[in-house]
Amino acid sequence: MFDSLTSKFASAFSSLRSRGRLKPSDIEEIVAEIRSALIESDVALQVADTFADSIKEISLAELEQVNKSVNPSQGIFDIVNKELVRILGGQARRIRMAKNPPTVIMLAGLQGAGKTSLAGKLALYLKNQGNTPILIASDLQRPNAVTQLQQVGASVGVPVFAPEPGNGVGDPVAVAKAGKKFAEEKLHNFVIVDTAGRLGVDYELMEQAARIRDAVKPDEILLVVDAMVGQDAVRTAEAFLSGLGFDAVVLTKLDGDARGGAALSILTRTNRPIMFAATGENPTDFDLFYPDRMASRILGLGDVQTLAEQAKAAMDPDLTKRFEEKFARGDDFTLLDFLGQLQAIKKMGSMSKMLGMLPGMNSGAMKKQLESLDDGELIKTEAIIQSMTPAEREDVKILNGTRRSRIAKGSGRAVSEVNNLVDRFTAAQKMMRQMRNGGGMPAGMPPVPGMPAMPKFNKQQPAKKKSRSGNPAKRAVEEG
Amino acid sequence: MALFSKILAKLRGGSTSDADWDELRTTLIEADLGATLCDELIEIARREKVEDCEVALTHALESALTSVDRSLARAQGRPTTVMVVGVNGTGKTTSVAKLMSLIKQSGNSVVVAAADTFRAAAIEQLQTWGEKIGVEVVAGKFQGDPASVVFDAATLAIREKVDYLIIDTAGRLHTKSNLMDELSKIRRVLEKSSPIDEVLLVVDATTGQNGIVQARSFLEAVGVTGLVLTKMDGSAKGGIALAIERETRLPIKFVGTGERAEDFSTFEASIYISSLLE
Repeated sequence: MFDSLTSKFASAFSSLRSRGRLKPSDIEEIVAEIRSALIESDVALQVADTFADSIKEISLAELEQVNKSVNPSQGIFDIVNKELVRILGGQARRIRMAKNPPTVIMLAGLQGAGKTSLAGKLALYLKNQGNTPILIASDLQRPNAVTQLQQVGASVGVPVFAPEPGNGVGDPVAVAKAGKKFAEEKLHNFVIVDTAGRLGVDYELMEQAARIRDAVKPDEILLVVDAMVGQDAVRTAEAFLSGLGFDAVVLTKLDGDARGGAALSILTRTNRPIMFAATGENPTDFDLFYPDRMASRILGLGDVQTLAEQAKAAMDPDLTKRFEEKFARGDDFTLLDFLGQLQAIKKMGSMSKMLGMLPGMNSGAMKKQLESLDDGELIKTEAIIQSMTPAEREDVKILNGTRRSRIAKGSGRAVSEVNNLVDRFTAAQKMMRQMRNGGGMPAGMPPVPGMPAMPKFNKQQPAKKKSRSGNPAKRAVEEG
Repeated sequence: MALFSKILAKLRGGSTSDADWDELRTTLIEADLGATLCDELIEIARREKVEDCEVALTHALESALTSVDRSLARAQGRPTTVMVVGVNGTGKTTSVAKLMSLIKQSGNSVVVAAADTFRAAAIEQLQTWGEKIGVEVVAGKFQGDPASVVFDAATLAIREKVDYLIIDTAGRLHTKSNLMDELSKIRRVLEKSSPIDEVLLVVDATTGQNGIVQARSFLEAVGVTGLVLTKMDGSAKGGIALAIERETRLPIKFVGTGERAEDFSTFEASIYISSLLE
């Protein structure tokens, strides 16, 4: 997301970069560009003005300092980044827990913002943290919203309190109230109330939302906002703030390429933090909102932190430990280890999404490449390895022509694909040996040699043995 | 805002100041027309020698809406096939329901294919509408192949000689190339049994500048022929629709204004433009 915003900022800064020492007029120029970039990114007019003004003020005040540094444009870039982080919330906030459980979370928003999908994601998120959430179906208006919530609940394994069929039948206030009581009795520690979508201008429905609020006394009211929304974001958010009140914002559909300027507008105008972000169609595509990460994304720095966190969560600690022991003992890296790593990668979600978080990967050309990346490649590789006997997985050297053709048949792939995998694996194995001889493990997770899913990147594979540098420091860099 | 400038213009006997134009520019930007398009339109309006700046701008806005034909396509001697597409949450299923109600009221027969097999309960949502309005809904299994549902519905529509076949598809972000490919596949499968007469892209009035990218992507993937502008009963002005029509030449055909089946009408440029300037 925020891609267009990113590229506009990027172009503004690239013109600055060629200038060296900056004059106040340079600042004026870049501030004007930042302002128009923000407006084209759906940031509300006044908010864009305020942001641009503060950048100008800070930049001019620190101009002398900035010009002393080696790279003045970097200094201005840092100022924009810092200010963006500050506006985007400065600090991520966690859910406020009730003193006495259950903690009640109420969801509200316009039609189609993604409340019901989000309810499921939030429930799964809470459940994965060891909580016992329950969903309450208080959207009795939209046809089959109740059925949708029931299906969503079933898919994430969270119970749904739905005494009324919906489709216009039943009282959402009574359902919410009964649901909270039910949760108290059954000792659920979180209650998520899904409500009907409503327009900011619909006073009657807004009043109904307020009655649901009064009935369940939520600890958090979350306003669900579509990242694609335009200038109306501020009007809607202000209408919900005055009609219902809310504590934080959840941004949905962040996996699109909307610039998401609405996030800036809402934060500035309502002073409510963005707490969560929904980034895809799957129940797990959900995370806390990190202002610093989002600012990095806006400025084209990539979201490395999220990637590292996902990698850590996906890696089986036992597997990692076994691998490290093996490595220390001097045993060879086998296809079995390779398979374990593949499965860990698969758990992390789609390859293209993962790579998209890396710095620079969101630029136009790179993006095209990412989109054409086939996650099926992982599955194919897995199938080939699984068609081997344990002995073959231990030692690929025994793979003769007959064995290879059997494996190809067994996995439904071509022999050439089996060959390709064996070649890449052998290269990776060699690299591991070199690494062991030359130095320690890279910090953090075990390396994933010869990432299998990227035939396009084959040329960049570390397959070819590099000549080692005679300089120990240089060698460490090469091999680390 | 605009009213203020209007009065001011009258007081000064027709002359309009830069401040008035700035005010109009703000109004249009806040209606999601996009800054570049606003500047262009204001430039056009300023060149016109009309006393009232709002009148001049109305003319400029009208010139951006160039489409002549905004009627729903009609095929001869076979079912007219209408496909409804869009990103998640814009109101596709509701628009399909409204469209089938409109067609039925005009005395034509209609069959609907529930090809949104992805979102939980989307099939049931459409079936509930179908029962309410009295229209047959062809549905497959939840998470089944949407193309097969479409094929079944098309076969039925041809056999029963109905006037219209409407296809509801799952919402998808235009950035997901695999999902856009799926949409192209639905189109290809459908074309085997019946030509497609209309592909309506549903655009939410609250959508910001991303709407243009959406329209371009859907146009490329499935050959969109018209727009449905939904949620026009809220505070959003839906200016993005004008930006899309001007950019892609896709006519805005229908406007959704509420949650009931009858909250749906054909697009009226004059009403739309005056609401943009409000």
